[in-house]
Amino acid sequence: MIVAERKPFDEIKTMVQGYQKVLTIGCGTCVAVCLAGGEKEVGVLNKELQLARKMAGSPITLGAHTVERQCDMEFLEELDSIVDEYDALLSMACGAGVQFLGERFPNIPVFPAVDTTFIGANRDVGWYEEKCRACGSCVLGMTSGICPVTMCAKGLFNGPCGGTNKGSCEIHADQPCAWYQIHERLALQGRLDNILEICPPNDWRNQTPRTIVQPGYEERKKAMGGK
Amino acid sequence: MKSGSKLQKILEAGHFAFTGELGPPRGANVEHVREKAKPLVGNVDAVNITDNQTAMVRMASWAASLLAIEEGLEPNFQMTCRDRNRLAMQSDILGAYALGIRNILCLSGDHQQFGDHPQSKGVFDIDSTQLIGMVKKMRDEGKFLGGADIDEPPQLFIGAAANPFAEPVEWRVHRLAKKVAAGADFVQTQCIFNMERMREWVRQANDMGLTEKVYILAGVTPMKSIGMAKYMASKVPGMDVPDEIIKRLQGVEKKKVSDEGIKIACEQIEEFKEMKGVAGVHLMAIEWEHKVPEIAERAKVLPRPEV
Repeated sequence: MIVAERKPFDEIKTMVQGYQKVLTIGCGTCVAVCLAGGEKEVGVLNKELQLARKMAGSPITLGAHTVERQCDMEFLEELDSIVDEYDALLSMACGAGVQFLGERFPNIPVFPAVDTTFIGANRDVGWYEEKCRACGSCVLGMTSGICPVTMCAKGLFNGPCGGTNKGSCEIHADQPCAWYQIHERLALQGRLDNILEICPPNDWRNQTPRTIVQPGYEERKKAMGGK
Repeated sequence: MKSGSKLQKILEAGHFAFTGELGPPRGANVEHVREKAKPLVGNVDAVNITDNQTAMVRMASWAASLLAIEEGLEPNFQMTCRDRNRLAMQSDILGAYALGIRNILCLSGDHQQFGDHPQSKGVFDIDSTQLIGMVKKMRDEGKFLGGADIDEPPQLFIGAAANPFAEPVEWRVHRLAKKVAAGADFVQTQCIFNMERMREWVRQANDMGLTEKVYILAGVTPMKSIGMAKYMASKVPGMDVPDEIIKRLQGVEKKKVSDEGIKIACEQIEEFKEMKGVAGVHLMAIEWEHKVPEIAERAKVLPRPEV
Protein backbone atom coordinates (compact mmCIF):
# COMPACT_ATOMS: atom_id res chain seq x y z
CA MET A 1 0.00 0.00 0.00
CA ILE A 2 0.88 3.69 -0.16
CA VAL A 3 2.22 4.84 3.19
CA ALA A 4 1.99 8.46 4.27
CA GLU A 5 2.56 10.44 7.42
CA ARG A 6 0.76 13.55 8.55
CA LYS A 7 2.62 16.78 7.97
CA PRO A 8 3.74 18.72 11.05
CA PHE A 9 0.75 20.60 12.44
CA ASP A 10 2.35 24.04 12.05
CA GLU A 11 2.93 23.43 8.36
CA ILE A 12 -0.74 22.51 7.85
CA LYS A 13 -1.88 25.47 9.92
CA THR A 14 0.25 27.84 7.83
CA MET A 15 -1.07 26.43 4.55
CA VAL A 16 -4.69 27.17 5.44
CA GLN A 17 -4.16 30.33 7.48
CA GLY A 18 -5.77 32.60 4.90
CA TYR A 19 -8.94 30.54 4.62
CA GLN A 20 -12.09 30.68 6.73
CA LYS A 21 -14.01 27.67 5.42
CA VAL A 22 -12.00 24.52 4.81
CA LEU A 23 -13.14 21.02 3.95
CA THR A 24 -10.83 18.30 5.23
CA ILE A 25 -11.13 15.25 3.04
CA GLY A 26 -9.94 11.84 4.18
CA CYS A 27 -9.31 8.76 2.09
CA GLY A 28 -10.61 5.37 3.17
CA THR A 29 -7.96 3.22 1.52
CA CYS A 30 -4.14 3.14 1.98
CA VAL A 31 -3.78 6.20 4.18
CA ALA A 32 -6.62 5.01 6.42
CA VAL A 33 -4.86 1.63 6.87
CA CYS A 34 -1.56 3.31 7.74
CA LEU A 35 -3.31 5.64 10.22
CA ALA A 36 -2.38 8.85 8.42
CA GLY A 37 -5.46 10.14 6.59
CA GLY A 38 -8.62 8.15 7.25
CA GLU A 39 -11.85 9.29 8.89
CA LYS A 40 -10.35 9.22 12.38
CA GLU A 41 -7.34 11.32 11.41
CA VAL A 42 -9.61 13.86 9.66
CA GLY A 43 -11.48 14.29 12.96
CA VAL A 44 -8.30 14.71 14.97
CA LEU A 45 -6.80 17.24 12.57
CA ASN A 46 -9.99 19.31 12.47
CA LYS A 47 -10.12 19.45 16.29
CA GLU A 48 -6.52 20.66 16.41
CA LEU A 49 -7.11 23.27 13.71
CA GLN A 50 -10.31 24.45 15.33
CA LEU A 51 -8.58 24.96 18.65
CA ALA A 52 -5.50 26.63 17.18
CA ARG A 53 -7.53 29.10 15.11
CA LYS A 54 -9.81 29.90 18.04
CA MET A 55 -6.81 30.66 20.21
CA ALA A 56 -5.31 32.78 17.43
CA GLY A 57 -8.51 34.83 17.28
CA SER A 58 -9.44 33.80 13.71
CA PRO A 59 -12.00 31.06 13.96
CA ILE A 60 -12.34 28.62 11.09
CA THR A 61 -15.29 26.65 9.78
CA LEU A 62 -14.22 23.11 9.06
CA GLY A 63 -16.03 20.34 7.24
CA ALA A 64 -15.07 16.68 7.31
CA HIS A 65 -15.69 14.13 4.64
CA THR A 66 -13.94 10.85 3.94
CA VAL A 67 -14.32 9.18 0.55
CA GLU A 68 -13.59 5.55 -0.27
CA ARG A 69 -10.69 6.45 -2.58
CA GLN A 70 -9.50 9.90 -3.61
CA CYS A 71 -7.56 8.40 -6.50
CA ASP A 72 -10.80 7.42 -8.23
CA MET A 73 -13.05 10.03 -9.89
CA GLU A 74 -16.08 7.82 -9.25
CA PHE A 75 -15.70 8.34 -5.52
CA LEU A 76 -15.06 12.08 -5.83
CA GLU A 77 -18.49 12.61 -7.34
CA GLU A 78 -20.10 12.69 -3.90
CA LEU A 79 -18.07 15.84 -3.15
CA ASP A 80 -19.49 17.78 -6.11
CA SER A 81 -22.45 19.13 -4.16
CA ILE A 82 -20.43 19.93 -1.03
CA VAL A 83 -17.23 21.67 -2.06
CA ASP A 84 -18.78 24.94 -3.19
CA GLU A 85 -19.44 25.87 0.44
CA TYR A 86 -15.68 25.94 1.10
CA ASP A 87 -12.84 28.22 0.05
CA ALA A 88 -10.11 25.55 0.39
CA LEU A 89 -9.76 21.79 0.43
CA LEU A 90 -7.36 19.98 2.73
CA SER A 91 -6.65 16.48 1.45
CA MET A 92 -5.39 13.73 3.71
CA ALA A 93 -4.88 11.35 0.79
CA CYS A 94 -1.64 10.40 -0.94
CA GLY A 95 -0.25 12.62 -3.69
CA ALA A 96 -2.40 10.86 -6.29
CA GLY A 97 -5.56 11.67 -4.35
CA VAL A 98 -4.54 15.30 -3.81
CA GLN A 99 -3.93 15.72 -7.54
CA PHE A 100 -7.22 14.11 -8.52
CA LEU A 101 -9.06 16.45 -6.14
CA GLY A 102 -7.26 19.40 -7.70
CA GLU A 103 -8.20 18.18 -11.15
CA ARG A 104 -11.86 17.72 -10.29
CA PHE A 105 -12.21 21.06 -8.48
CA PRO A 106 -9.81 23.39 -10.30
CA ASN A 107 -11.43 26.53 -8.88
CA ILE A 108 -10.70 25.70 -5.28
CA PRO A 109 -7.18 25.56 -3.79
CA VAL A 110 -6.26 22.09 -2.54
CA PHE A 111 -3.58 21.50 0.12
CA PRO A 112 -1.88 18.27 1.19
CA ALA A 113 -2.12 17.42 4.88
CA VAL A 114 0.14 14.38 4.60
CA ASP A 115 3.51 13.63 3.08
CA THR A 116 3.26 10.61 0.80
CA THR A 117 6.24 8.56 1.82
CA PHE A 118 6.51 5.14 0.17
CA ILE A 119 5.04 1.92 -1.14
CA GLY A 120 5.36 -0.30 1.86
CA ALA A 121 4.20 -3.16 3.97
CA ASN A 122 2.51 -3.39 7.33
CA ARG A 123 5.02 -4.82 9.82
CA ASP A 124 2.64 -4.27 12.74
CA VAL A 125 -0.09 -1.79 13.70
CA GLY A 126 1.39 1.64 13.14
CA TRP A 127 4.67 0.21 11.83
CA TYR A 128 5.37 0.30 8.11
CA GLU A 129 8.43 -0.43 6.02
CA GLU A 130 9.29 0.73 2.53
CA LYS A 131 9.50 -2.14 0.05
CA CYS A 132 9.19 -0.79 -3.49
CA ARG A 133 10.32 2.29 -5.45
CA ALA A 134 8.15 1.50 -8.48
CA CYS A 135 11.21 1.52 -10.77
CA GLY A 136 9.22 -0.19 -13.48
CA SER A 137 11.54 -3.12 -14.19
CA CYS A 138 11.26 -5.62 -11.38
CA VAL A 139 14.27 -7.79 -10.54
CA LEU A 140 12.80 -9.54 -7.49
CA GLY A 141 12.98 -12.88 -9.30
CA MET A 142 16.74 -12.58 -9.62
CA THR A 143 17.20 -11.38 -6.04
CA SER A 144 14.94 -13.90 -4.31
CA GLY A 145 12.29 -11.37 -3.35
CA ILE A 146 14.45 -8.63 -1.79
CA CYS A 147 14.48 -5.35 -3.70
CA PRO A 148 17.99 -3.96 -4.32
CA VAL A 149 16.61 -0.68 -5.67
CA THR A 150 14.68 0.03 -2.47
CA MET A 151 16.47 -1.88 0.26
CA CYS A 152 20.08 -1.20 -0.78
CA ALA A 153 20.93 2.42 0.11
CA LYS A 154 22.96 2.69 -3.10
CA GLY A 155 20.46 0.78 -5.23
CA LEU A 156 23.21 -1.56 -6.42
CA PHE A 157 22.51 -4.31 -8.92
CA ASN A 158 25.74 -6.23 -8.37
CA GLY A 159 26.20 -6.03 -4.61
CA PRO A 160 27.00 -6.34 -1.83
CA CYS A 161 29.42 -3.40 -1.87
CA GLY A 162 32.53 -3.14 0.31
CA GLY A 163 30.67 -1.09 2.89
CA THR A 164 28.55 -3.97 4.13
CA ASN A 165 29.23 -4.33 7.81
CA LYS A 166 28.61 -7.75 9.31
CA GLY A 167 25.19 -7.89 7.70
CA SER A 168 24.37 -4.21 8.21
CA CYS A 169 24.35 -1.41 5.69
CA GLU A 170 27.11 1.19 5.92
CA ILE A 171 24.50 3.92 6.51
CA HIS A 172 23.33 2.49 9.83
CA ALA A 173 23.89 -0.55 12.03
CA ASP A 174 20.11 -1.02 12.30
CA GLN A 175 19.65 -1.12 8.55
CA PRO A 176 20.20 -4.63 7.20
CA CYS A 177 22.40 -4.94 4.11
CA ALA A 178 19.96 -5.90 1.36
CA TRP A 179 22.65 -7.69 -0.62
CA TYR A 180 23.79 -9.64 2.41
CA GLN A 181 20.20 -10.83 2.75
CA ILE A 182 19.90 -11.53 -0.98
CA HIS A 183 23.08 -13.62 -0.81
CA GLU A 184 21.82 -15.47 2.25
CA ARG A 185 18.44 -16.28 0.76
CA LEU A 186 19.79 -17.29 -2.64
CA ALA A 187 22.32 -19.56 -0.88
CA LEU A 188 19.45 -21.11 1.09
CA GLN A 189 17.60 -21.77 -2.15
CA GLY A 190 20.71 -23.03 -3.94
CA ARG A 191 20.35 -20.21 -6.50
CA LEU A 192 23.58 -18.20 -6.03
CA ASP A 193 24.17 -18.63 -9.77
CA ASN A 194 21.60 -15.86 -10.18
CA ILE A 195 24.03 -13.20 -9.06
CA LEU A 196 27.28 -14.59 -10.45
CA GLU A 197 26.41 -13.11 -13.83
CA ILE A 198 26.75 -9.35 -14.26
CA CYS A 199 23.44 -7.54 -14.03
CA PRO A 200 23.52 -4.91 -16.81
CA PRO A 201 22.66 -1.22 -16.28
CA ASN A 202 19.02 -0.74 -15.38
CA ASP A 203 16.47 0.66 -17.80
CA TRP A 204 15.00 3.37 -15.57
CA ARG A 205 11.36 3.67 -16.54
CA ASN A 206 10.29 5.99 -13.77
CA GLN A 207 11.85 9.14 -15.21
CA THR A 208 8.75 10.36 -17.05
CA PRO A 209 5.09 10.35 -15.96
CA ARG A 210 3.73 6.92 -16.71
CA THR A 211 0.33 5.81 -17.92
CA ILE A 212 -0.75 2.20 -18.15
CA VAL A 213 -3.70 0.98 -20.19
CA GLN A 214 -4.20 -2.72 -19.58
CA PRO A 215 -4.73 -4.97 -22.60
CA GLY A 216 -8.32 -4.85 -23.75
CA TYR A 217 -8.99 -1.34 -22.43
CA GLU A 218 -7.47 0.73 -25.23
CA GLU A 219 -10.83 1.22 -26.98
CA ARG A 220 -12.47 2.29 -23.75
CA LYS A 221 -9.75 4.87 -23.23
CA LYS A 222 -10.24 6.24 -26.77
CA ALA A 223 -13.98 6.46 -26.26
CA MET A 224 -13.36 8.55 -23.14
CA GLY A 225 -11.35 10.99 -25.21
CA GLY A 226 -7.89 9.73 -24.28
CA LYS A 227 -5.30 9.75 -27.05
CA MET B 1 45.14 -2.43 -25.37
CA LYS B 2 47.75 0.29 -25.00
CA SER B 3 46.49 3.09 -22.86
CA GLY B 4 49.81 4.85 -22.47
CA SER B 5 49.45 4.30 -18.74
CA LYS B 6 52.75 3.96 -16.92
CA LEU B 7 51.04 1.84 -14.29
CA GLN B 8 49.97 -0.58 -17.01
CA LYS B 9 53.51 -0.74 -18.44
CA ILE B 10 55.01 -1.40 -15.02
CA LEU B 11 52.56 -4.19 -14.28
CA GLU B 12 52.91 -5.74 -17.72
CA ALA B 13 56.70 -5.68 -17.37
CA GLY B 14 56.30 -7.74 -14.21
CA HIS B 15 57.49 -5.07 -11.78
CA PHE B 16 55.97 -4.87 -8.32
CA ALA B 17 53.77 -1.78 -8.57
CA PHE B 18 53.55 0.85 -5.86
CA THR B 19 50.72 3.39 -5.95
CA GLY B 20 49.74 6.20 -3.62
CA GLU B 21 46.79 8.40 -2.87
CA LEU B 22 46.04 12.11 -2.86
CA GLY B 23 42.82 13.65 -1.60
CA PRO B 24 41.85 16.91 -3.38
CA PRO B 25 41.32 19.98 -1.21
CA ARG B 26 38.09 21.39 0.17
CA GLY B 27 38.41 24.40 -2.06
CA ALA B 28 40.19 25.65 -5.15
CA ASN B 29 43.57 25.68 -3.41
CA VAL B 30 46.01 24.64 -6.12
CA GLU B 31 49.03 24.99 -3.85
CA HIS B 32 47.51 22.46 -1.49
CA VAL B 33 47.47 19.86 -4.29
CA ARG B 34 51.03 20.73 -5.33
CA GLU B 35 52.27 20.43 -1.74
CA LYS B 36 50.65 17.04 -1.29
CA ALA B 37 51.99 15.88 -4.65
CA LYS B 38 55.65 16.71 -4.00
CA PRO B 39 56.54 13.87 -1.62
CA LEU B 40 54.88 11.37 -3.97
CA VAL B 41 56.92 12.26 -7.08
CA GLY B 42 59.39 9.50 -7.88
CA ASN B 43 58.15 7.37 -5.00
CA VAL B 44 54.96 5.94 -6.53
CA ASP B 45 54.02 4.74 -10.01
CA ALA B 46 50.60 6.34 -9.94
CA VAL B 47 48.50 8.25 -7.47
CA ASN B 48 44.80 7.78 -6.83
CA ILE B 49 42.94 11.08 -6.91
CA THR B 50 39.86 10.58 -4.80
CA ASP B 51 36.39 11.63 -5.91
CA ASN B 52 34.54 13.54 -3.17
CA GLN B 53 35.70 10.93 -0.70
CA THR B 54 33.51 10.29 2.34
CA ALA B 55 30.85 12.20 0.38
CA MET B 56 32.40 15.59 1.20
CA VAL B 57 32.60 18.18 -1.57
CA ARG B 58 36.15 18.58 -2.82
CA MET B 59 37.91 19.80 -5.93
CA ALA B 60 36.87 17.58 -8.87
CA SER B 61 38.99 14.45 -9.15
CA TRP B 62 39.69 15.09 -12.86
CA ALA B 63 40.88 18.63 -12.09
CA ALA B 64 43.16 17.53 -9.26
CA SER B 65 44.36 14.74 -11.58
CA LEU B 66 45.48 17.35 -14.09
CA LEU B 67 47.32 19.24 -11.36
CA ALA B 68 49.00 15.98 -10.39
CA ILE B 69 50.16 15.53 -13.99
CA GLU B 70 51.66 19.02 -13.90
CA GLU B 71 53.59 17.99 -10.79
CA GLY B 72 55.01 14.93 -12.56
CA LEU B 73 52.66 12.30 -11.17
CA GLU B 74 50.52 9.81 -13.05
CA PRO B 75 46.97 10.08 -11.74
CA ASN B 76 44.55 7.25 -11.18
CA PHE B 77 41.31 9.15 -11.66
CA GLN B 78 38.70 7.89 -9.21
CA MET B 79 35.07 7.98 -10.27
CA THR B 80 32.15 7.11 -8.03
CA CYS B 81 28.59 6.27 -9.04
CA ARG B 82 27.13 8.47 -6.33
CA ASP B 83 27.34 11.90 -7.97
CA ARG B 84 26.86 11.41 -11.70
CA ASN B 85 24.48 9.65 -14.05
CA ARG B 86 25.72 7.69 -17.06
CA LEU B 87 25.76 10.80 -19.29
CA ALA B 88 27.93 12.83 -16.92
CA MET B 89 30.21 9.85 -16.30
CA GLN B 90 30.87 9.27 -19.97
CA SER B 91 31.49 12.93 -20.71
CA ASP B 92 33.89 13.22 -17.76
CA ILE B 93 35.68 10.08 -18.97
CA LEU B 94 36.12 11.60 -22.43
CA GLY B 95 37.32 14.88 -20.96
CA ALA B 96 39.73 13.17 -18.59
CA TYR B 97 41.24 11.09 -21.38
CA ALA B 98 41.41 14.06 -23.75
CA LEU B 99 43.50 15.96 -21.20
CA GLY B 100 45.96 13.16 -20.52
CA ILE B 101 44.47 10.96 -17.81
CA ARG B 102 45.18 7.29 -18.51
CA ASN B 103 43.93 5.35 -15.44
CA ILE B 104 40.46 5.24 -13.96
CA LEU B 105 39.27 3.61 -10.76
CA CYS B 106 35.58 2.70 -10.81
CA LEU B 107 33.84 2.86 -7.42
CA SER B 108 30.33 2.83 -5.96
CA GLY B 109 31.20 5.66 -3.55
CA ASP B 110 30.43 6.22 0.11
CA HIS B 111 26.78 6.92 0.75
CA GLN B 112 25.93 10.65 0.72
CA GLN B 113 24.52 10.38 4.22
CA PHE B 114 28.10 10.33 5.57
CA GLY B 115 29.13 13.60 4.05
CA ASP B 116 28.46 17.29 4.33
CA HIS B 117 25.36 17.21 2.09
CA PRO B 118 23.30 14.41 3.62
CA GLN B 119 20.12 15.83 2.04
CA SER B 120 21.45 15.28 -1.48
CA LYS B 121 20.04 12.81 -3.95
CA GLY B 122 22.43 9.92 -4.50
CA VAL B 123 22.51 9.18 -8.21
CA PHE B 124 23.61 5.53 -8.46
CA ASP B 125 22.25 5.37 -12.00
CA ILE B 126 24.68 2.51 -12.58
CA ASP B 127 26.81 0.61 -10.07
CA SER B 128 30.58 0.14 -9.96
CA THR B 129 30.52 -3.18 -11.83
CA GLN B 130 28.39 -1.63 -14.55
CA LEU B 131 30.72 1.39 -14.66
CA ILE B 132 33.68 -0.90 -15.31
CA GLY B 133 31.72 -2.49 -18.16
CA MET B 134 30.81 0.93 -19.54
CA VAL B 135 34.44 2.14 -19.63
CA LYS B 136 35.49 -1.10 -21.30
CA LYS B 137 32.76 -0.76 -23.90
CA MET B 138 33.83 2.84 -24.59
CA ARG B 139 37.46 1.76 -24.91
CA ASP B 140 37.28 -1.60 -26.69
CA GLU B 141 34.15 -1.23 -28.80
CA GLY B 142 34.41 2.51 -29.27
CA LYS B 143 30.77 2.84 -28.27
CA PHE B 144 28.82 4.76 -25.67
CA LEU B 145 26.68 2.78 -23.27
CA GLY B 146 23.70 3.82 -25.38
CA GLY B 147 25.29 2.19 -28.42
CA ALA B 148 26.41 5.15 -30.55
CA ASP B 149 29.95 5.34 -31.93
CA ILE B 150 32.59 7.38 -30.14
CA ASP B 151 34.78 9.70 -32.16
CA GLU B 152 38.20 8.82 -30.66
CA PRO B 153 37.52 6.28 -27.88
CA PRO B 154 39.25 6.81 -24.52
CA GLN B 155 42.09 4.33 -23.99
CA LEU B 156 42.02 3.92 -20.25
CA PHE B 157 43.60 1.38 -17.94
CA ILE B 158 40.59 0.26 -15.91
CA GLY B 159 40.74 -0.22 -12.17
CA ALA B 160 38.31 -1.54 -9.61
CA ALA B 161 38.17 -1.78 -5.85
CA ALA B 162 37.84 -4.99 -3.87
CA ASN B 163 37.12 -5.76 -0.26
CA PRO B 164 38.55 -9.18 0.62
CA PHE B 165 36.87 -9.48 4.00
CA ALA B 166 33.45 -7.81 4.22
CA GLU B 167 30.70 -10.30 4.89
CA PRO B 168 29.49 -12.50 3.33
CA VAL B 169 33.16 -13.50 3.10
CA GLU B 170 32.51 -16.39 0.71
CA TRP B 171 31.04 -13.89 -1.75
CA ARG B 172 34.15 -11.69 -1.96
CA VAL B 173 36.06 -13.62 -4.57
CA HIS B 174 32.91 -13.88 -6.70
CA ARG B 175 32.47 -10.12 -6.61
CA LEU B 176 36.07 -9.83 -7.76
CA ALA B 177 35.28 -12.30 -10.56
CA LYS B 178 32.32 -10.16 -11.65
CA LYS B 179 34.48 -7.05 -11.81
CA VAL B 180 37.12 -8.93 -13.80
CA ALA B 181 34.44 -10.22 -16.17
CA ALA B 182 33.12 -6.66 -16.52
CA GLY B 183 36.57 -5.52 -17.68
CA ALA B 184 38.77 -4.54 -14.73
CA ASP B 185 42.48 -4.55 -15.66
CA PHE B 186 43.67 -3.95 -12.11
CA VAL B 187 42.21 -4.03 -8.65
CA GLN B 188 43.15 -2.09 -5.54
CA THR B 189 41.93 -3.60 -2.30
CA GLN B 190 40.51 -2.02 0.81
CA CYS B 191 43.15 -1.40 3.53
CA ILE B 192 44.37 -4.81 4.64
CA PHE B 193 45.03 -5.50 8.30
CA ASN B 194 43.78 -9.07 8.50
CA MET B 195 46.57 -10.81 6.60
CA GLU B 196 45.15 -14.27 7.16
CA ARG B 197 41.92 -13.32 5.43
CA MET B 198 43.88 -11.61 2.61
CA ARG B 199 46.00 -14.74 2.02
CA GLU B 200 42.85 -16.83 1.75
CA TRP B 201 41.17 -14.41 -0.66
CA VAL B 202 44.23 -14.26 -2.91
CA ARG B 203 44.48 -18.06 -2.82
CA GLN B 204 40.85 -18.29 -3.97
CA ALA B 205 41.52 -15.72 -6.71
CA ASN B 206 44.54 -17.78 -7.82
CA ASP B 207 42.50 -20.99 -7.83
CA MET B 208 39.79 -19.38 -9.97
CA GLY B 209 42.41 -18.13 -12.43
CA LEU B 210 41.49 -14.52 -11.73
CA THR B 211 45.02 -13.37 -10.97
CA GLU B 212 45.99 -14.29 -14.52
CA LYS B 213 43.43 -11.81 -15.80
CA VAL B 214 43.76 -8.94 -13.36
CA TYR B 215 46.57 -7.26 -11.43
CA ILE B 216 45.84 -7.16 -7.72
CA LEU B 217 47.34 -4.30 -5.72
CA ALA B 218 47.05 -4.90 -1.99
CA GLY B 219 45.83 -1.93 0.02
CA VAL B 220 48.17 -0.91 2.84
CA THR B 221 47.53 1.83 5.38
CA PRO B 222 50.08 2.62 8.10
CA MET B 223 48.42 3.29 11.45
CA LYS B 224 49.39 6.72 12.80
CA SER B 225 48.02 6.18 16.28
CA ILE B 226 46.16 3.79 18.55
CA GLY B 227 43.11 6.05 18.20
CA MET B 228 43.18 5.66 14.44
CA ALA B 229 43.44 1.88 14.75
CA LYS B 230 40.51 1.76 17.14
CA TYR B 231 38.48 4.08 14.94
CA MET B 232 39.12 1.95 11.88
CA ALA B 233 38.27 -1.19 13.80
CA SER B 234 34.96 0.05 15.10
CA LYS B 235 33.71 2.91 12.94
CA VAL B 236 34.72 2.31 9.33
CA PRO B 237 32.24 0.04 7.52
CA GLY B 238 33.70 -3.04 5.89
CA MET B 239 37.03 -2.72 7.71
CA ASP B 240 38.66 -5.67 9.47
CA VAL B 241 41.30 -4.68 12.04
CA PRO B 242 42.36 -7.65 14.19
CA ASP B 243 43.00 -7.05 17.91
CA GLU B 244 46.67 -8.05 17.45
CA ILE B 245 47.30 -4.87 15.47
CA ILE B 246 45.89 -2.66 18.24
CA LYS B 247 47.74 -4.66 20.92
CA ARG B 248 51.00 -4.32 19.02
CA LEU B 249 50.61 -0.55 18.79
CA GLN B 250 49.72 -0.42 22.48
CA GLY B 251 52.85 -2.42 23.27
CA VAL B 252 55.30 0.32 22.30
CA GLU B 253 55.99 3.60 24.06
CA LYS B 254 53.76 6.48 23.01
CA LYS B 255 56.14 8.38 20.76
CA LYS B 256 57.02 5.19 18.85
CA VAL B 257 53.44 4.22 17.95
CA SER B 258 53.46 5.77 14.47
CA ASP B 259 56.87 4.22 13.81
CA GLU B 260 55.44 0.85 14.79
CA GLY B 261 52.53 1.52 12.40
CA ILE B 262 54.99 2.04 9.55
CA LYS B 263 56.88 -1.08 10.62
CA ILE B 264 53.70 -3.16 10.40
CA ALA B 265 52.96 -1.70 6.95
CA CYS B 266 56.50 -2.53 5.75
CA GLU B 267 56.20 -6.11 6.99
CA GLN B 268 52.94 -6.42 5.06
CA ILE B 269 54.55 -5.02 1.92
CA GLU B 270 57.43 -7.52 2.26
CA GLU B 271 54.91 -10.35 2.42
CA PHE B 272 52.94 -9.01 -0.55
CA LYS B 273 56.11 -8.89 -2.65
CA GLU B 274 56.35 -12.65 -2.24
CA MET B 275 52.63 -13.46 -2.42
CA LYS B 276 51.62 -15.28 -5.59
CA GLY B 277 48.80 -13.37 -7.24
CA VAL B 278 49.66 -9.97 -5.79
CA ALA B 279 51.17 -7.58 -8.34
CA GLY B 280 51.81 -4.58 -6.16
CA VAL B 281 50.78 -2.42 -3.24
CA HIS B 282 48.44 0.54 -3.04
CA LEU B 283 49.61 2.72 -0.16
CA MET B 284 46.89 4.77 1.44
CA ALA B 285 48.82 7.03 3.80
CA ILE B 286 45.75 8.97 4.87
CA GLU B 287 46.64 12.66 5.37
CA TRP B 288 50.20 11.47 5.73
CA GLU B 289 51.51 12.06 2.20
CA HIS B 290 54.76 13.55 3.50
CA LYS B 291 55.63 10.21 5.07
CA VAL B 292 55.43 8.37 1.75
CA PRO B 293 59.14 8.79 0.86
CA GLU B 294 60.14 7.30 4.23
CA ILE B 295 57.65 4.45 3.94
CA ALA B 296 58.73 3.69 0.36
CA GLU B 297 62.36 3.71 1.47
CA ARG B 298 61.74 1.43 4.44
CA ALA B 299 59.53 -0.88 2.36
CA LYS B 300 62.43 -1.20 -0.11
CA VAL B 301 60.34 -0.35 -3.16
CA LEU B 302 62.76 2.35 -4.35
CA PRO B 303 63.88 3.30 -6.87
CA ARG B 304 60.72 2.99 -8.90
CA PRO B 305 61.29 1.29 -12.25
CA GLU B 306 61.49 3.36 -15.42
CA VAL B 307 59.40 1.92 -18.23
